[in-house]
Order: sequence, then C-alpha cells, then structure tokens
Amino acid sequence: MSYFSEIYKGIKTLLTGMSVTGKYFVTSRKGAITQQYPDNRDTLKMFDRFRGEVIMPHNEENEHRCTGCQKCEIACPNGTIEIIWDRGIDEATGKKKKKIDQFIYHLSMCTMCGLCIDVCPHDAIKWGQNFENSVYDRSTLTRVLNKPGSTLMQGVED
Amino acid sequence: MMQLRITENVHNWLFSVMPEGVASIVEMVLIAVVYLTIFAVAGLFLVLLERRVAAWFQLRIGPNRVGPQGLLQTMADAIKLLTKELTGTERADKFLYNLAPYFVIITALMALAVIPFSAEFHAFDINIGLFFLIAISSIGVIGILLGGWSSNNKYSLIGAMRSGVQTISYELSVGLSLLTMVVITGSLQLSEIIEIQKSGWLILQGHIPAVIAFMIFMISGTAETNRAPFDMVEAESELGAGFHTEYSGMKFAYFFLAEFINMFIISAIAATVFFGGWLSPFGITESIPELGVFWFLLKTMALVFLMMWFRWTFPRLRVDQLLTLEWKYLLPINLVNIVLMALLVWLNLTIRL
Repeated sequence: MSYFSEIYKGIKTLLTGMSVTGKYFVTSRKGAITQQYPDNRDTLKMFDRFRGEVIMPHNEENEHRCTGCQKCEIACPNGTIEIIWDRGIDEATGKKKKKIDQFIYHLSMCTMCGLCIDVCPHDAIKWGQNFENSVYDRSTLTRVLNKPGSTLMQGVED
Repeated sequence: MMQLRITENVHNWLFSVMPEGVASIVEMVLIAVVYLTIFAVAGLFLVLLERRVAAWFQLRIGPNRVGPQGLLQTMADAIKLLTKELTGTERADKFLYNLAPYFVIITALMALAVIPFSAEFHAFDINIGLFFLIAISSIGVIGILLGGWSSNNKYSLIGAMRSGVQTISYELSVGLSLLTMVVITGSLQLSEIIEIQKSGWLILQGHIPAVIAFMIFMISGTAETNRAPFDMVEAESELGAGFHTEYSGMKFAYFFLAEFINMFIISAIAATVFFGGWLSPFGITESIPELGVFWFLLKTMALVFLMMWFRWTFPRLRVDQLLTLEWKYLLPINLVNIVLMALLVWLNLTIRL
C-alpha cells in the first residue's frame, strides 16, 4: 500500500510546489525585484547592508569620531587605509594629544572585508552605499575621508 | 492538402494557369514555405514566451528592451546567431556533426505537418496520424545522439547517452497513454479523433482513465522534449550544455528552435487528443469555422504554459530517479489504465454529451 500512498504524496508535494511558483507568477508584476538601473537612478536606494565603500560620517559642526588610534590601519589586510597623524595641544587639558591629519582610503585596493569597521572602537568609519565607482583616472579612487578642517567630536574618548 | 478558402482559390488558380504536374509541385513548395514560416515564427515566439514566463515565475521582468515589451528580442538573437562563426572541434566526425541538427529540425517539421491547426488547415491528414507522430518524435533523438557522439567531447557524449536512455524509456509512456485514448476513438487519424470529440472532449468522455492518461502524457511528454525537470541531457550545471556544447551559430539555433517546436508539438498533440483540438468549448463558435485556429492555439498555449510551469518549479531528477519514475510508476499505471479504459468502453461507461 505504501506504493499508492507514495504516489499520492508525490503528486501532493508537486502541486504544493506549483502553487508556490504560481503565486509568484501572478504577483510578479507588483513584486518584481529587478532594478532597471540607469532608468531608476534617481529613486534607486541601496539596502543598508550593502558594502559600497568606507565612509567617515561627520556631524553638522564638521566633527568626526576618529581618534587616530590606527587600529583600522593595522587590521586592514592589504594596506588600504593609511593614517597620517600629528600631535596637537588638547584645548581642554592643555596636554599633547594624538590627532589625525589625513585619513587616506584607497578604494582601488579595498576588498570590502569590513575588518576596519569591525575593529574601530569609536564607530568612526562606516559602510557607505554608493556603488557607482567607475572613473577614468584611478588616482581619484584614493580618498581623504576626513573633511578639511574637521576636528574630533567631544566625548568620544571617554 | 490545405483547403482554407483562400488556399482553395490559390489551388484553383494554380491548376488553371499551369499544367497539372507543375502546379502540384508549386503547391507543395508553397505549403512547405508556409510551414517553414510557421516553424520559425512559432519557435521565436516560444523562446520569447519562455523567457518572459520564466522571469515572472522568478519575480524578474525579463527581456523588455528590444521592441515593445521585448517582442523583437528573439529576432535580434536569431540575427546575432546567423552572423556568428560556425566553429567545430578538432577531430570531430565532420559529416555526422553537420548532419545532426538537420535530423532534429526535420523531424520536428514533419511532426508539425500532421497536426490539425483547424478543420481545413491540415497539411497531411494520414490515416495513421497518431502513430506517425509517435514514430517521428522518436527519430529526433537520433539527431541528439549523432550530435553528442560526433562532437568529440565527453560532456556531449554523456548528454547524448542520457538522452538515449530517457527517450527510449519515456517513449513507452507517450505511446501507451495515447493508445489509451485510441481505445475510445477507435481511429488513429487525427481529423477523425477530433470528429469524435464533437460529442464531448475525450478527457470528459473517458473521465478517470483519461485524466490519468493525460497526466502521464504530460509527464512523459516533458521528458521526451528533454525539458526540466528531465533536462539531464543539457544539465547546465553538470555538462556545460550537454549534447550541443560544441555547436555554435545557426547550428546551435537549430537545436534550440527544435527543442521549442517539440514542446509545441507535444502540447498540440495533447490539445488534439484530450481537449478537442480546434473544436470550441461546447460548440459556442461552431458557426464560425475560422476560429478553429484560435481555439487550437489557445489550448496549445495553455499546455505550453503548463510545461513552462513544470520547468520553473521542479528541480532536476537524477538518472536513477528518472528511470524509477518511468519503469516503476508510469509504466505499470499506464498498463492498468489501458485495461481500465478498455473495460469502460466495453461496458459503455464513457460520457457522451
């Protein structure tokens, strides 16, 4: 008897599968996941977890959160990040203190492994969702992430 | 011969201006040209349909750039394939290698000639029509075997051998499920099979065994055309492209078109034998015989869609699963089904409207 119950089960599971794809077929117009890219360039928004490039967010007072600890530079497996740093006088305490001059990021060498972002103790760098990185001159892929004249945000190191 | 009113006029005109022998040859050539056109147009249309339907099943959009709604996409593809270089492998068996695509495409064309598109649009109405179709559809596999063998490529050979195994097995089921219906009709002639269905489509007349026969026919027909889930012949993930790995350009296109035409033929046979061919449902347009082509194509396309639905739902079978399905399930069920159908006809339990 298991012969017939197997046939019954087989047909039932096949029909279940067909009903699933059939539902997709009917609703495909609404739920199409295809992005017709250059046409919808203005409205296209990449999903949050997309790894496009490393960015350093700044707030309105042109302050970033990077203390120049260089952990990201050490963590990077292929030398994508270079931090040029300096010692300056901290206004609050009057002591000498490390601060970044230029946070240099070579996008052309980056493998998007994310180790720098994982290792950053102050969340100074994040993933950006920009993906249009084709350029005519590769030197434009080397970027300085901290904006000119930017300073360290207060209270990051506490 | 075709006896549409337009063609009848052409027929009379040809015989009035030419001697009889010349006129009949010219007529044959004209019919051949018409069928070749149908072949090409239907093939291209089915490829496009397959791509759009596949896209919708997978929540994509599909080709929509060339022409309105991508209607010219396959035309553009065909032109591209025409202009491509014909390459071949070293030490391939050149003669067989070049012959193989024609085997496949000519058998598909010959099968197309027997199918009744409507009451008058029927090129070749022989009294053994169904038998002829079964016989012809199994010759196509020789083309596949030749192509795989002569390519001098192990993947092609494996694909071709799998095709041999598959077709020899499923041939039985195709034949026996059609035979089940022949028990009711008592005729192999396709026009007569349709004539009988004027008192109810065969799937209604034969009810339970007819439905079983239809299911078996669709399963084994899908296997016969080497489409997923029975596409071990091509099996992209295992064999490259299977038997046509080494073909390029137009020769590849022949295989490709023939595959889709075969799908059309299997659906057309199913529509003719089970769903009344060009007959309208309940005879609603019986007074307008020109609509026969429409009803025939509607039924055929519905079955083509069913085969596409299969393809984009089910995962590919292993070779042993394929053979188990045929020899342990389809064949015994089929044999019992024939006996059941014979009993039904003997005891006069068929439903006639």
